[in-house]
Amino acid sequence: MSIDMSQFHQVFFEECFEGLEAMESGLLTLDMGDIDSEIINTIFRGAHSIKGGSGTFGFTVVAEYTHIMETLLDEMRDGRRKVTQPAVDVLLGSVDCLREMLTAIQNEQNVNNASVEKHKTALEVVLNGGSVAEEPALPVEQEFTSEEVSFNDAPDVDEEESVELEEQGWKIAFCPYLDLLKTGNDPVRLFRELNELGELTTTVNIQDVPGFYELDPEECNISWDLKVVGDISGDEIREIFNWVEGDCEMEIQPLAKAVKLPPVVKKIDPEPTPVIIPNNPAPKSVEVKPKPVTETKKPDSQDSDNEAAKTTAKASSIRVDTDKIDTLINMVGEVVITQSMLGLVGENFSMDKVGQLKRGLAQLERHTRDLQQSVMNIRMLPISFVFSRFPRLVHDISSKLDKKIVLKLVGENTEVDKAVVELINDPLVHLIRNSLDHGIEMPADRVAAGKPETGTIELKAYHRGGHIVIEIIDDGRGLDKDKLLAKAIEKGLIEENNLLTEKQIFELIFMPGFSTAEQLTDISGRGVGMDVVRRNIQSLGGNIEIISELGKGTTIAIHLPLTLAILDGQSVAVGDETYIVPLVSIIESINITERMLNKVAGKGETFRLRNEYLPVIRMRSIFNVHSGNPTKSKEGVLVVVEGQGELCCLLVDELLGQQQVVIKSLEANYRRVEGVSGATILGDGSVALILDVPGLVRFSIR
Amino acid sequence: MASILAVDDSASMRKMVSFTLRAAGYDVEEAVDGVDALEKAQARKFDCVVTDVNMPNKDGITLIRDLRALPDYKFIPMLMLTTESGIEKKQEGKAAGATGWMVKPFNPDQLLKTLLKVLG
Repeated sequence: MSIDMSQFHQVFFEECFEGLEAMESGLLTLDMGDIDSEIINTIFRGAHSIKGGSGTFGFTVVAEYTHIMETLLDEMRDGRRKVTQPAVDVLLGSVDCLREMLTAIQNEQNVNNASVEKHKTALEVVLNGGSVAEEPALPVEQEFTSEEVSFNDAPDVDEEESVELEEQGWKIAFCPYLDLLKTGNDPVRLFRELNELGELTTTVNIQDVPGFYELDPEECNISWDLKVVGDISGDEIREIFNWVEGDCEMEIQPLAKAVKLPPVVKKIDPEPTPVIIPNNPAPKSVEVKPKPVTETKKPDSQDSDNEAAKTTAKASSIRVDTDKIDTLINMVGEVVITQSMLGLVGENFSMDKVGQLKRGLAQLERHTRDLQQSVMNIRMLPISFVFSRFPRLVHDISSKLDKKIVLKLVGENTEVDKAVVELINDPLVHLIRNSLDHGIEMPADRVAAGKPETGTIELKAYHRGGHIVIEIIDDGRGLDKDKLLAKAIEKGLIEENNLLTEKQIFELIFMPGFSTAEQLTDISGRGVGMDVVRRNIQSLGGNIEIISELGKGTTIAIHLPLTLAILDGQSVAVGDETYIVPLVSIIESINITERMLNKVAGKGETFRLRNEYLPVIRMRSIFNVHSGNPTKSKEGVLVVVEGQGELCCLLVDELLGQQQVVIKSLEANYRRVEGVSGATILGDGSVALILDVPGLVRFSIR
Repeated sequence: MASILAVDDSASMRKMVSFTLRAAGYDVEEAVDGVDALEKAQARKFDCVVTDVNMPNKDGITLIRDLRALPDYKFIPMLMLTTESGIEKKQEGKAAGATGWMVKPFNPDQLLKTLLKVLG
């Protein structure tokens, strides 16, 4: 049977990367003074699994490399080798190297051999280096070798083999110990295998079987004299008995040859092995004949193999908690029950069943909602997928900068949509680098400022409403408003006599071309600026804000929607069309008449809301809607929305309901449309456009 | 068809093993570690157990020892998947009651051949 192994590659790679992360965080938490053996074990297991998998799936380079790591870790695990900081650093380097190798292999690129060799050498230096703990090392190692020798001792009959072959067969005295059956081995199976090699004759010795009353059916009281005839090598015979080696007494001799060969199995206990029962007492293992099935199934499975391989090549996969799947299955069950109930009602429908029908429909609605919830839940991953990379980042950068910094992670189990998890990583890396580089001061400066020498960066995630909030809190020097202002003026980003609120000043750092670092280091300020960070977060439908106090520290808070696939929306009517306004961006809605709007020359229309003049966008004109009753536009509803910190009013005919809508991409199905972020399908089957509020606000400002 | 419990903490290995066995017509259930496996083995009786050795929570050898103590699993074949370096593990596994072992890396054909040996 041929199985296409490539279908498992995706899972293998994901698992490797997860393993590497676990190894990395393990290595980072290792405390030199007090080694936690469980951590070493975890790290070892990571290397071990990667080695096993890469061997199986044919990535020999990886397998060879991890083998060295594994050896090193094994020695550390057994206490034969001391865990030292240099060794840990080399291992961390190896983790990086492996990650690179695996990424290259995954993308079908060439592995960078030079770098692999470099890391390999570093590992070997550590492995052969002097840091081996002296005493316990040797005895253990010796034990292993001696055991290996004795193990290899047995089959050293090989030389005689060529002679044996001429004898055309073997005579085997097979005398199982009483406990043989208790390892799940069954003599019958051994005989069957022997029979496949050549013609087998068995002679049963039952003289040791005790009387009926003393008989323990779980013991093997029988022994056998076996004769196999055929052109069989000694190794083939020994291979069959490989598994029962320690559970029996056995002599294997070539037929018609008087010379006794060294027994294959050490004769440890020559205790007379009793017994026999004519009816084999060995509990029968279930008889199965998988062969024919294999054959008939072959074409089938082949097809599905290829299919699977094809799909895995494209699709990214996701690991889902079994609990979530169970809930889902449960829900589907409920829906099916409701459906059959409704079916029953519909079969002989009469008006007196209306109540029943309504109940059924209500139930269906509830179950559909729950089902949707459960399905969405599948896409939810704990934010720790992102957070777990940061301890390493902080470790590496802070040592490069000679700063003392601890990273605290809070709320790692907060769940968020997979798409958000994937896209939030880069902005977070940037923000944390900034905190490390610009936020936290040098230890001496900190002490001088009366702060603890070690700085703290806290990475915190929590749910608020339909959002996830991620905060990066440092206790560093904070943002200097005057400096920011001066810089912005110097760069010509704002005019000198502009009066800005504190919030506006902080937001200056999000402007393109703004950087406060006196000199760019290789840690932060590498091309991507804060403006890119903000844009990325906004493209996820989120926003970012800064709270900072000079000398005390800075908090950067990112608000993101929990999912990018579903949105809470307010449907509004404009003529005959329905539009969806994301609920999160609505501040309030006001019933107005035409007269309440003010026309400002050159600035379009505005609406005065509590002493503030807000721009008004007429949805009818912006989307060219002519249908519906035009007189109705004499009065309408103003929806006050916020996007990118700016307010604006959307003039619509009326408010419809609030509902969760599933976002369908307009770009994928049509093309990008200004002011529209996507589309959805309404209950009656018609399509409604989802408004891109920040886009509309930008439009209104222009 | 015989039922097999496949135990491995590595998802890719587990998938490979179970896919191969299922394709050959066996009824396969997967377990992620020794604890999970023990639970599943108690819920129903399997005809064979194939387990990795090195696993978190409960390793393969302990699993085999625990299973052998159950009346239902006294004589059930149990195979362990070891690496080439695991000679001492083999002995330990045998002592715990393992029927036999397979050395990693192995390919699907070898796996099926070995299973036929105990289930054939």
